[in-house]
Amino acid sequence: MSEQPILEARGLSRRFGHVTALDGADFDVRPGEVVALIGDNGAGKSTLVKALSGNLAVDSGEIRFDGKPVAIETPTVASGLGIETVYQDLALAPHLDPVANMFLGREVMRPGVLGALGFMDAKQMRVGAQEAFDLLGATVTDLNVPVGSMSGGQRQAIAIARAVHWANRVVFLDEPTAALGVRQTANVLDTIRRVRDHGVAVVFISHSMPHVIEVSDRVQVLRMGRRVATFETAQTSMEELVGAMTGVNGEAA
Amino acid sequence: MSVQAPPTSITTRIVRVQAFQILLVLIAIWVVFAILEGDRFATVGNMRLVAQNAAILAILGVGMTFVIITAGIDLSIGSVMVFSGVIGAKVMVAQGGDGWGTAWLGIAASVAAGLAWGLVNGVLVAKAKIPPLIVTLGTLGMALGLAQIITKGVDIREVPLVMQSKIGYGNAFGDVPMLAGIALVFLVVGGVVLHLTRFGRHTYAIGSNEEAARRVGLKVDRHLIAVYAISGGLAGVAGILSLAQFATTAIAGQSQTNLNVIAAVVIGGTSLFGGVGTIFGTVVGLFIPAVLQNGFIIVGIQPFWQQVAVGAVLIVAVYVDQLRRAAAQRGGRTNVLSRLRGRESTSNEE
Ligand SMILES: Nc1ncnc2c1ncn2[C@@H]1O[C@H](COP(=O)(O)OP(=O)(O)O)[C@@H](O)[C@H]1O
Ligand SMILES: [Mg+2]
Repeated sequence: MSEQPILEARGLSRRFGHVTALDGADFDVRPGEVVALIGDNGAGKSTLVKALSGNLAVDSGEIRFDGKPVAIETPTVASGLGIETVYQDLALAPHLDPVANMFLGREVMRPGVLGALGFMDAKQMRVGAQEAFDLLGATVTDLNVPVGSMSGGQRQAIAIARAVHWANRVVFLDEPTAALGVRQTANVLDTIRRVRDHGVAVVFISHSMPHVIEVSDRVQVLRMGRRVATFETAQTSMEELVGAMTGVNGEAA
Repeated sequence: MSVQAPPTSITTRIVRVQAFQILLVLIAIWVVFAILEGDRFATVGNMRLVAQNAAILAILGVGMTFVIITAGIDLSIGSVMVFSGVIGAKVMVAQGGDGWGTAWLGIAASVAAGLAWGLVNGVLVAKAKIPPLIVTLGTLGMALGLAQIITKGVDIREVPLVMQSKIGYGNAFGDVPMLAGIALVFLVVGGVVLHLTRFGRHTYAIGSNEEAARRVGLKVDRHLIAVYAISGGLAGVAGILSLAQFATTAIAGQSQTNLNVIAAVVIGGTSLFGGVGTIFGTVVGLFIPAVLQNGFIIVGIQPFWQQVAVGAVLIVAVYVDQLRRAAAQRGGRTNVLSRLRGRESTSNEE
């Protein structure tokens, strides 16, 4: 896995008023690997994800995709590059059903004239969504009810299934297991591995060090808006990771 | 695979929908009047009258349903309707004549005028980010004021005869009034667009979670402008139809129209918080006041009671909706907690 990164950030900075969320942050992820992005609350993880997924403009710094500088100005640009994101707040439309959420902005249209007139192919979207949920082992019990009436775990599963379904290069998961039970968490970790095995780069944000160790290939640590350490997961320990997050053991790498 | 709970059956889903519950209320009202005064109330002629009176409001209701589903509001429709009617009347007077040529010119002018106001509303809401309540309160005053300035406060009463006889009190087919027929077309098209097309789906999505809609790449601003333009354009249609029905611009006659239409839309189950609503519900919501008014007159109760009754229905309908939302909220506690947790770090999103 010494390939060049599929997605790389160099020196990203972003201020919100007097808060410096990103302070020259670097980041990189290669095809077919799981990178865990860890750091204390407020370290800038979510901000970094937003910057790399077209949801936030940075003040300075460079983003490279496949080795070439790119401007990821909107989520649509990110999707076009094959980058999908599960946001910490999930970003689902609560009044729409799982199928509608899954295909929101990418509706499958009816063939021919009807499609040109804007008619959607409800059946095909339903089949597609069901397949995606099954693949995830997601317990989406009812495709007809608004996702707002579902449990946090189900909603999270839907958001993950959506991202995984559409991502073919990079998928960001911002604390995807925060609302999940044990079994659902195991499903998500399985999904992460499966997606990685298809050659997709996975960026996994989590506060759970056991999960990080279990699923990631490399770990990158953010502190105060900057990457302060990178580890090969196989050659590190929870103590070392926690130390790097809090800065107690001094700076690594 | 895990054990799956049985999916909600289609009947359960229908019964849960507010539009359906309100339909039962409408039927009950109808039955009461039919029993009390059947030979005068439950007649083709009387139903014809009710339909005719509800037709113009129904056309406005289509646009309002779209707007409210986006979590917006359009207070300007009554004024825009008057303004459009005035423009239509002016154009037809200038053209002269009583034939279809003149009539079509007036129709086009009126719809264009309404569309223009709708675009103004939409751009101010979507681009300038001014709350819809304020924007449309502003254009409510502007459109009405301009209508009065243009007419110097005197209603125009010259309307081509063909409009009055064919549209105003003509029949579409059988005993169905032309106005009701036209309204039906708009309702069906509105319902199909809302429930079956991508445009409709995006309307719900934006009202449900605007931020999520933006993140999946929906062109939210453009969509909102389109929705307000539709509402304005339909007010233009209503303006010219009202001219055909009453043969006057009735400048002072629409001051309650916006509130009546909003009440109907909300009674029909469309949520002021956005993301929920149906055209069918709006139709039912319109017929409740229409049938009440008509029934009260026939059975000899002061028609003013209609306003009292409709007010009560409105409050009850929203209360029921509120209860339902509260129940859904309780079901979604995990999410509320996780969102609170997330807020520490991702507060005040862009
Ligand atoms: N939209 C915003 N407006 C103001 N401050 C923000 C915004 N987004 C993030 N921040 C601030 O930037 C810092 C980094 O936040 P974030 O990236 O969410 O951290 P993490 O996800 O690592 O917990 C925090 O201090 C946070 O308060
Ligand atoms: Mg975060």
